[in-house]
Amino acid sequence: MNKARHNPLNSAAAHGALILYTLIALFPVFVIIINSFKTRKAIFAEPLTPPVGDAFSLIGYQTVMKQGDFFLYFQNSFIVTVVSLFFILLFGAMAAFALSEYRFRGNTLMGLYLALGIMIPIRIGTVAILELMVQTGLINTLLALILVYTAQGLPLAVFILSEFMRQVSDDLKNAGRIDGMSEYAIFFKLVLPLVRPAMATVAVFNMIPIWNDLWFPLILAPGESTKTLTLGSQVFIGQFVTDWNAVLSALSLAILPVLVLYVIFSRQLIRGITSGAVK
Amino acid sequence: MTALALENINKSFGSVDVLKDISLTVEPGEFIVFVGPSGCGKSTLLRTIAGLEDATSGRIEIGGKDVTMTPPAKRGIAMVFQSYALYPHLDVEGNMALGLKQAGEAKAVIAERIQGAAQMLSLEPYLKRRPAELSGGQRQRVAIGRAIVRKPDLFLFDEPLSNLDAALRMATRVEIARLHRELGAAMIYVTHDQTEAMTLADRIVVLRDGRIEQVGSPMALYNDPANQFVAGFLGAPSMNFLAAGQLGASGATLGIRPEHLTVGQTGRIKGRITHVERLGGDTNLLVTTEAGETVTVRLFGQHPHCVDETVALDFDPRHAYAFDAQGLRIRG
Repeated sequence: MNKARHNPLNSAAAHGALILYTLIALFPVFVIIINSFKTRKAIFAEPLTPPVGDAFSLIGYQTVMKQGDFFLYFQNSFIVTVVSLFFILLFGAMAAFALSEYRFRGNTLMGLYLALGIMIPIRIGTVAILELMVQTGLINTLLALILVYTAQGLPLAVFILSEFMRQVSDDLKNAGRIDGMSEYAIFFKLVLPLVRPAMATVAVFNMIPIWNDLWFPLILAPGESTKTLTLGSQVFIGQFVTDWNAVLSALSLAILPVLVLYVIFSRQLIRGITSGAVK
Repeated sequence: MTALALENINKSFGSVDVLKDISLTVEPGEFIVFVGPSGCGKSTLLRTIAGLEDATSGRIEIGGKDVTMTPPAKRGIAMVFQSYALYPHLDVEGNMALGLKQAGEAKAVIAERIQGAAQMLSLEPYLKRRPAELSGGQRQRVAIGRAIVRKPDLFLFDEPLSNLDAALRMATRVEIARLHRELGAAMIYVTHDQTEAMTLADRIVVLRDGRIEQVGSPMALYNDPANQFVAGFLGAPSMNFLAAGQLGASGATLGIRPEHLTVGQTGRIKGRITHVERLGGDTNLLVTTEAGETVTVRLFGQHPHCVDETVALDFDPRHAYAFDAQGLRIRG
């Protein structure tokens, strides 16, 4: 930062505000994690103390592990999230490329139609989706969830990515055409690497809601073999008794994979090889 | 055989006609420059020749073959872009090799051609660098190298120097002229800079509003412009246009180049100096005449004229150009 414009007071205030926000945002997560390592009694007696001495217990994790299918739930959630993200990014980027690159009749209308999906929540169509899945025999399959999440994520993906693709230099694409690259090669080799930060943004935006979703797994894939992690954790929440140790442990474990995915994507957000491409 | 033949090319975007009935023949080894103001269609014409835009109607021949329906890569052309358009994820060598790899050339041939191009452009030390690690001038040389290795029948340059600073522009201009002599291939070069047009071209094509205004060698266009637009476009400072009536000349407008005006005690044009530009080698005077017209006078060498001085200007009628009311040249 420029020394002349650098004001220590301003900088301290900015950092103070950011630190405060970080604390507020992380506090619930922190409470969940410390309480997942405590006995049931300790959770209710002193929820804010760290898990030390008598209060420490791994009973929650043991319950979760003994529940048996938890690794399967993990696997289901992971497959659904990763495959959905893959399709959202692939189809979203392809549609965005077509909308931003090619002149054809109805281009603007198509863009508006795709953007409409951002304003209309997909859950309104739940009953129709359920009927559709029953008729196609996709109920209780991971594919049902993947299809729904892909549809849910596409509008925003197309919207964001087409805006970014418009900024990719025309000259670069034309240079590719003159060098004999096919339109697919131009899309995959030239354009996609340049919009990687935008792709990472879209991925992060879509990842969390898909991972955390309870609605569609409950309706479309409640079977034991297709339960996702969020749905699986619900077994510990009963009408009369809730196994808080197990719920908190399951939630703590559920944070880990998204954290890993987030780290992967956010690194892409920062990295950019665009510099030097043009000008 | 001709390097390029355009027959009645038209191009419209929706209801806007960008190119109107353009016909042009380029001989092998010729250096053709398209000039014109912004929006005159010169870049669109270049992109149509390259196959990046389809002509709405008309026929394009490159090297004697009809390429109107041929994709860009198979037209036997290479193009250098204003923004360089290097592939950011490939090193210099990869950038130059890509087109040849796509065309299925043997590895040995590719290596040899890259070697040759790198030597010609002094790019050998940079072959393993990425575009991001090169300076602007080096990037432009890589872009030119990428065109050279394809051994095209026709080179297309789309304002290749406009992103370079003045000193580098001059050096690269000289380099392009040298490459043209060494390679002997036909080149088409688009620019809005008349210095580039005048210094590089065998023939200049002046475009306005999607039409060809005049084609000819730089000096032919400078000395014998067909109309007022061409006369005013070429030459810096540009030609003065005065109402012909007051000077007793025929036609509607009289055009006089700034260097053909003389300053003296007596003269047909009287006026007051409003601005003086001293360039060392030249002195430019801006004179407001009694009729309220502004005239530029270019004097060679250094002169002591100052602002608000009253002067009289005169000219040799042999160096004046008469134009009619439509801007067409009246010869005779």
